Amino acid sequence: MNPTWSRFNITSVVLGFAFLYLPIVLLVVFSFNASRLVTVWGGFSIKWYGELFRNQGLMDAAWVTLRVGVISATVATVLGTLAALALTRYTRFRGRVLFSGMVFAPLVMPEVITGLSLLLLFVAIDLDRGFLTVTLAHITFSMCFVAVVVQSRLMSFDRSLEEAAMDLGAPPVKTFFQVTLPVIAPAVVSGWMLAFTLSLDDLVIASFASGPGATTLPMKIYSQVRLGVTPEINAACTLMIGIVAAGVLAASIVNKRREAQRQRDAQAALRA
Amino acid sequence: MKSLGSIRRDFAPWKDPSAKPYIAFENVTKVFGDFTAVDDLSLTIFEKEFFALLGGSGSGKSTLLRMLAGFDEPTKGRILLDGQDLAGIPPYRRPLNMMFQSYALFPHMTVEANIAFGLKQEGMPKADIAARVAEMLKLVKLEQFAKRKPHQLSGGQRQRVALARSVAKRPKVLLLDEPLGALDKKLREETQFELMDLQQSLGLTFVIVTHDQEEAMTMADRIAILDKGQVMQVATPAEIYEAPASRFVASFVGNVNMFEGTVAAREANKARIAGASGAEIFVENAGDAAAGNAVAFAVRPEKIKVSSKRPEGSANAMEGEVFDLAYLGDMTVYHVRLPDGQVVKASALNSSRLTDDPLTWNDRAWISFQPDAGVVLTR
Repeated sequence: MNPTWSRFNITSVVLGFAFLYLPIVLLVVFSFNASRLVTVWGGFSIKWYGELFRNQGLMDAAWVTLRVGVISATVATVLGTLAALALTRYTRFRGRVLFSGMVFAPLVMPEVITGLSLLLLFVAIDLDRGFLTVTLAHITFSMCFVAVVVQSRLMSFDRSLEEAAMDLGAPPVKTFFQVTLPVIAPAVVSGWMLAFTLSLDDLVIASFASGPGATTLPMKIYSQVRLGVTPEINAACTLMIGIVAAGVLAASIVNKRREAQRQRDAQAALRA
Repeated sequence: MKSLGSIRRDFAPWKDPSAKPYIAFENVTKVFGDFTAVDDLSLTIFEKEFFALLGGSGSGKSTLLRMLAGFDEPTKGRILLDGQDLAGIPPYRRPLNMMFQSYALFPHMTVEANIAFGLKQEGMPKADIAARVAEMLKLVKLEQFAKRKPHQLSGGQRQRVALARSVAKRPKVLLLDEPLGALDKKLREETQFELMDLQQSLGLTFVIVTHDQEEAMTMADRIAILDKGQVMQVATPAEIYEAPASRFVASFVGNVNMFEGTVAAREANKARIAGASGAEIFVENAGDAAAGNAVAFAVRPEKIKVSSKRPEGSANAMEGEVFDLAYLGDMTVYHVRLPDGQVVKASALNSSRLTDDPLTWNDRAWISFQPDAGVVLTR
């Protein structure tokens, strides 16, 4: 094969990346626009970032989103890890196929349906909609993502590690916290991050499950955009993009370093 | 003080009818779904014995070990340790430790922390743990690797960490599941002797599971040969090799030639066997074979002589053709085909330098063996 860049290749790469990133680039660029008009360039300025931090409504929504994200991701991680453990460990119980199917169903369930059914439930049990209901809703739909991530790690987990721990005198609970959990920790952490991200950017389910006083950032942005896009929103979105990109970058650098260290260690061990 | 060798030589509690077994499997059956892994098996192991469970895959040897460790419960029957029924006692309360085939070292802990793990569970004081860990590291010669993680060690080093971890708690019994399976041949041979020394110096009972007969023969005081969840024979390595109880055991351990036939005549301990091909075999020590029984006379290759002329005064001699041979330096292995098609393996020690008249491919050759060179097998 000829490895040089043909005209066709270049065109498709440019088109592809433009398709993916042009809207985002536009958003970032206009967040530094001095003009109040979103689509007219009026010179470079960072004043909208200052405005953003003075906008109490947006800041409140961001705070709600952060709290909902942390709490729901944490609870979903605990529940999802437990579900993954049950599904990989107790492979013989009746109805296992049905159970595992039911755990993973929300992965493909349309969000509108999940949101609507949760709303009906909250109304039926007469639960006032607010912070609690949004958090519960986010736990519900992000739990299965955690379960999937943790389960795939547990599939390749060497059970003899747990047997060795028990053989050396550790009861099952101690074995879990001293051996199983530390070994699967990377998967649990990425499960948490996934759940947190899902919670951060959810609009549909939050719109159904939320109530007064518990407006999340995506809900706030969406409602403001309906009154017209302001440069402040652009700034808020740019910050979110920056945070997410930094997180992804940091994770991949840490991973790469660890991998390189592993390879060096393995080679050192072979030489010894 | 007695030397290790003389302790080992005089050690034979299984011959003493008053000796109490330390570990006893009593009519143990283990069924997984519709597969019977262990089938009504009884077995006794004595204190300080180096006992090997030898068998192919699916023979039930690992299941026996796992039931002893407490990871599986017998479907039927019971297992006694020092007279105490182990039923219902979870693995973390059994006074025995296991060394795993995969070593099962905790990847997130250093070598030190791995060895200390069991001691911490006991609630041993910190200073004592440190002392014991240092002692164990010295025992397996890994002092300078204490702070390393398992993935920073070679296979042989990992194996020694696993060993140190499993003996750190001074268990009464150490269970070893294919402990040398992942090592290369040279390291395996060295480690075999290290394990034997360790067992003697710590005075532990070792139960080892292996599919490698050489490993079992080298290390064990007694070997149990397992097949399809049942015990075929329990005996010392020498007995297993020289006096196998059945055709299965004879062919499972080492090489063997089976001369099938029926007992034509039986007189005192001697017998005449009419071979299937018409050849007659005269044997001593005919055991419990009666006239008319279908038997096999099992002879090991090194007990069969090969010569170019008919040997004088040999009770059993047969003529054939050299079908194949392998010169291994210290010895030569001949495959001689008899007129009935049976290929007899014979190995000759090359105790003098190459002879003038070496037998070679397609030569006529005589094989011969003494009446007491083999055993008569009825099973």
